[in-house]
Amino acid sequence: MIKVDGLTKRYARNVAVDHISFEVEKGQIVGFLGPNGAGKTTTMRMLTCFMPPTEGTAQVAGYDVRENPMEVKRRIGYLPETPPVYPEMEVIEYLQFVARIKGVPKAGAKKRIDEVMEKCAVSDVRTKEIGKLSKGYRQRVGLAQAILHNPDVLILDEPTAGLDPHQIIETRDLIKGLAGDHTIILSTHILPEVEQVCERVVIIAKGKLVATDTVHNLTSRLHGAESVAIEVIPNNGGGPEWTQSVLRRLEQVAGVSRVIPRDSKEGSALFTVESMQDRHIRPDLARAVIESGWHLNELHAVGLSLEEIFLELTASKDAVVKEPEAETPAAPSTPEEVAGEAQ
Amino acid sequence: MNTFTICRKELSSYFRSPIAYGVMGFFALITGYFFYAATFFFLQRSLMSTMQGQSIPMDVNEMVIKSVLGNVSVITLFLIPMITMRLFAEEKRSGTLELLVTSPLRDWEIILGKWLAAMILYISLLGLSLLNMLILFAYGNPDWRPMAVGYLGLILQGGALLAIGTFISTCTKNQIVAGIAGFGVCLMLWVLDWVSSFESSTLYKVIGYLSVTSHFESFIRGVIDSKDAVYYVTLTVLALFLTKQALESIRWRA
Repeated sequence: MIKVDGLTKRYARNVAVDHISFEVEKGQIVGFLGPNGAGKTTTMRMLTCFMPPTEGTAQVAGYDVRENPMEVKRRIGYLPETPPVYPEMEVIEYLQFVARIKGVPKAGAKKRIDEVMEKCAVSDVRTKEIGKLSKGYRQRVGLAQAILHNPDVLILDEPTAGLDPHQIIETRDLIKGLAGDHTIILSTHILPEVEQVCERVVIIAKGKLVATDTVHNLTSRLHGAESVAIEVIPNNGGGPEWTQSVLRRLEQVAGVSRVIPRDSKEGSALFTVESMQDRHIRPDLARAVIESGWHLNELHAVGLSLEEIFLELTASKDAVVKEPEAETPAAPSTPEEVAGEAQ
Repeated sequence: MNTFTICRKELSSYFRSPIAYGVMGFFALITGYFFYAATFFFLQRSLMSTMQGQSIPMDVNEMVIKSVLGNVSVITLFLIPMITMRLFAEEKRSGTLELLVTSPLRDWEIILGKWLAAMILYISLLGLSLLNMLILFAYGNPDWRPMAVGYLGLILQGGALLAIGTFISTCTKNQIVAGIAGFGVCLMLWVLDWVSSFESSTLYKVIGYLSVTSHFESFIRGVIDSKDAVYYVTLTVLALFLTKQALESIRWRA
């Protein structure tokens, strides 16, 4: 649905976006991740035909942004970072205006506006002036504007920025609800958001593509192995000697590569256990603890959070990744597409 | 079609903000005063001439209409920047320009729509001054043709200045800056005319030719000079073309 190839935006003195390539399949939600100033907005602006690329091409629904901007614009809904609303207009009036400039057929426009207002939960403020609405409502009006002409592709620039936690959850749910009908690219620098909402991530830093993969693959790939948090309680006594013996016992479990002691409180010991590549150590760990006569209080796998991945990837400068040749959305991507050097 | 959508939106935001009312109120007040002064002067002169038993030919067109239209052309120089200053500056500031530019609209549809809205507001200003003129028709018998030509000249001059103002509005995010710069340019185009009266060398003639007001003279005399009409239309087209270029460059740089 979206095909970006070697997209570059150069200004007089700096390069905002440097040869970025990625693809997005129909119906996917893709998270566009990067620190502030990484070039997220610039890339989105090139996709929406707001600005022409210096080099490279981008295709939306088969149309090139340079050769066929009108066709691209017809198929894209765009919500910039600040919702593009006219404060002096009423909500319904604004949406009527947008419907006209987006070329929504007159006959169905009224019904479509009602539908969209319902979907974005702004029906109750339809006759209010937008300037008098709260930030959350304004954001939803902006979203209503973006989906009004039922575009194939939705491009959302930091859709949850500046909202309160309650509104953030509402907006995320709304976006998740839109997937399927629309292909969505959303940019953010909030990592949990990507984990919750997106199927795939495109990470960029300093204008360069750092990684592109599914959220799941990225987490497990970068981590390489499983990481397990375990809390053990002694049957009687305890103390540092006991903690040491637990540590030694855990190290003996097959497949364990490393045991890191965490803060041990009075009467319990916490460890993070890392497995070797592709080993499932949790059942064995549990058995080892029980058989030694101790109590197992807690045992759970800790995935490396996107935050850590992100820091790891964006910190190393030469972590540039090639997009794999053929990529199918169903099959999980191969680990090779993530920066191995970044580790 | 899209042009009219934009035009309608602009007009409705003019009448939602105090701009339209402020400009119209100010204009009505000032032109009303000039009209009053001109008519009063005319009446005094005609009374004097009857008292002295002389029969100096008195011409309403010459003494009232011409003088009022001349004043209107100067007043609009001050009001036009107020009309055009927000057109693009406001859209740039609030980020709504992104909506317009990423919608399936052509640049010229956006520009023409905005200019047309400014034009409609300007013409309705002239309509206000026409109300004054109707009083002359109620009590006297002036010739309507030179007056119509005068108004045509005002419309052409206004069109050109509005186009220049629209262009200036694309250059900044700040309405006030756009307003002041527009005012400066209008003032300069007016003052250029004075230069040509100092000297009659070729350079001064050329500078004088560039002045907006010097081309208005033929219209106010009731003469449609194609040379002057062409000047205004060219200036309008040129300024709108520059606006289009500026809009494109905003997108390159933004």
